[in-house]
Amino acid sequence: MIESTKEPGLDSLDLMINMGPQHPSTHGVFRLVIGVDGERIVRAEPHIGYLHRGSEKLCEAEDYAQIVTLFDRMDYIANLNSELGYALAVEKLMALEIPERAEYIRVILCELNRIASHMLFYGVYGLDVGAMTPVLYGFRERERIQALFESVTGARMMHNYIRIGGVKEDLPDDFDARMKALVSQLELGIEECDRLLTDNEMFLARTKGIGSIGPTDAIDFGVTGPSLRASGVAEDVRISEPYGLYDRFDFGIPVGTNGDCWDRYYVRVEEMRQSLVIIEQAMAQMEPGPIMAKVRRITRPPKGEVYMRTESPRGDLGVFIVSDGSDRPYRLKVRAPSFANLQGLKHMLRDAYVADAVVILGSIDIVLGEVDR
Amino acid sequence: MSIQDFGLYSAAAAGLFAFLLVTVLILTWLERKALARIQMRMGPMRVGFHGVLQPIADAIKLVVKEDILPTSADRRVYWLAPLAVFVPSIMLWVTIPVGQDLVLRNLELGLFYITAISVLSVMGLVMAGWGSANKYAFLGGLRAAGQLVSYEIPFIMAILGVAMMSQSLDLTVIVADQSTIANILIQPLGFFIFLLAGLAELGRTPFDIHHAESEVVGGPFVEYSGAHWAVFFLAEYINTFTIAALTVLLFFGGWGWPDMPFDGVAHSALSAVWFLAKTYAVILLMFWFRGTYPRLRIDQLMAFGWQGLVPLSFLNIVITGVANFYGWHWLALTGMSVGVLAITFYVIKRQPGTSAERMTVSVIRAGDLRSAPPTGGEGQQSAEPVPSAPRPDGGS
Repeated sequence: MIESTKEPGLDSLDLMINMGPQHPSTHGVFRLVIGVDGERIVRAEPHIGYLHRGSEKLCEAEDYAQIVTLFDRMDYIANLNSELGYALAVEKLMALEIPERAEYIRVILCELNRIASHMLFYGVYGLDVGAMTPVLYGFRERERIQALFESVTGARMMHNYIRIGGVKEDLPDDFDARMKALVSQLELGIEECDRLLTDNEMFLARTKGIGSIGPTDAIDFGVTGPSLRASGVAEDVRISEPYGLYDRFDFGIPVGTNGDCWDRYYVRVEEMRQSLVIIEQAMAQMEPGPIMAKVRRITRPPKGEVYMRTESPRGDLGVFIVSDGSDRPYRLKVRAPSFANLQGLKHMLRDAYVADAVVILGSIDIVLGEVDR
Repeated sequence: MSIQDFGLYSAAAAGLFAFLLVTVLILTWLERKALARIQMRMGPMRVGFHGVLQPIADAIKLVVKEDILPTSADRRVYWLAPLAVFVPSIMLWVTIPVGQDLVLRNLELGLFYITAISVLSVMGLVMAGWGSANKYAFLGGLRAAGQLVSYEIPFIMAILGVAMMSQSLDLTVIVADQSTIANILIQPLGFFIFLLAGLAELGRTPFDIHHAESEVVGGPFVEYSGAHWAVFFLAEYINTFTIAALTVLLFFGGWGWPDMPFDGVAHSALSAVWFLAKTYAVILLMFWFRGTYPRLRIDQLMAFGWQGLVPLSFLNIVITGVANFYGWHWLALTGMSVGVLAITFYVIKRQPGTSAERMTVSVIRAGDLRSAPPTGGEGQQSAEPVPSAPRPDGGS
């Protein structure tokens, strides 16, 4: 660590730098005001809200079926996981029984979306540390997944596919064959990405021991998902509070030790492999059947409130709904994992350099659409 | 100087300038194509056959683009900075030969001249950073100053090693001296130092710290646009070409290893082609680095420079001096050089621990977690192990 560069007895100010809202490495319109002494960060103040669209308030004006589209636009990197969190919350409120095939389709597509999301993370994380090739490798794999999504849901990103009570449409006829090809391609792709970046000396130098956060601190800040697991806490909603069919699959939870940037990075790489394991099991178990439960055209959940947790690629996605018995929610609140994870940023940024700020922010993997909502 | 001489030199200088401009056009195209290959893309394909005319289209675009002067910029410093970077990069080529007898003006102290002039471009970068009145540019300018000044030492030391072998600072003599054995075989350590220090001087990946897009958004050049930005760009590519050419001249025997057949004009032409082929090979190596490596942090770069390359470059001088003084066979020097390099690589490789030690992420089976649910019923409480608590599979 470099000593302070300030001359004793000289009255000097820190240089204040505005990183964002327009900065290539803030992953959207995030603004980080940092005070630097030379290259060292002495103060950091995150500012959010540049992408606030009032989604939660908007939900009160839409009926239950329409709200799915708003959830698509919250976590716009993992749309299906976002949709799933909402659909499960409403279904829990209505105590709906979902057809098994629909559950399998949800699991397969959501795990695929998790891989796509982590692939995007992998790519832009490469850019953050200054390597320009990973982003193209990551996007190649993500593109393959999106091509499959397009054939299933009709859209590459804003799917509006998961409905209350099931899914919009059954899988296309050639899905099995395409999925098999995709899984083997992704297996190769993940290995290739892993080899390109993970064990590189310079990448290790940039990420090992940088921005570490201990398990107790991480829990206190409300950090969840891969970022929490990197700190050594084996917590995953898919296991601690299983939803859907997750208790039927045998898969692994990657857990880190140091809670530094490298651990956060590698937990995600490992999670991609585990998602493939889940997908293969689900594909083998899935059988034909109905894809929608018997629901009315207009959803009117009973009076009451519900809180549903799901494991999105970014962490613990919670949806809280208060229903007054009408066709619109009285109040809807989202516990966005990116928002909560961002709270740990200031703690991770202590004693960091300017270049580390970018690496640390990238390692939390925020999606501003979800942070600001 | 007679009027004919003046005319001759002017024509030669104009020819050199044109040669460098064309080289830059080729390099930009080559870099985009090489990176595209690494990244499984096609690169530019639209303008001309496989995009060969793309650099020309880019040049036209840059020249007709609006030149922006930030309101709070220091006008004179801001406009002078591109020239302060560009002029030294051209001046270097006065004494760099591109083939047998193909040099504008061969200086006996050529290497001395080159090291002296190449330092000047730092000033331009600092001027650009300061004159832009932009914090990113300022930070980038200061980074450039720190980086370029510290890597100047190993850079010059590596050159010195070669000069000691040939007992000359004249590039043509150094090339002639390598006609049987190129310096790369005698001083692999010197080559290693020279290439790394050269990359740092250029600010190319993995040392592209002063214009890191993800941190300082282009560094000193962030406010420049249009023709002035193009001048910086020209200077960067000319410098890349310069370092590659110097690498070839100092370590790969220039045009002379192995010696080209024929004499007279045919020999000169053939030697130029051979020299350029080697130079482009070195440049492709640099592009390969760019497509593969992440960027170091400024303090790591400084530590690597002062704690790694500077002592190594002194060691290189010492072993070269000892071998020369006692008149040992060149293989003795090669052996010592390779030995030092091997030790260095081992130390670097060992530094953050072995691969197994680095692996801090372990996978816990879902079954283990389900069968032994942690204390507490639900939510966050279920995930409260003390930091030191052993994890189910005990992975490290």
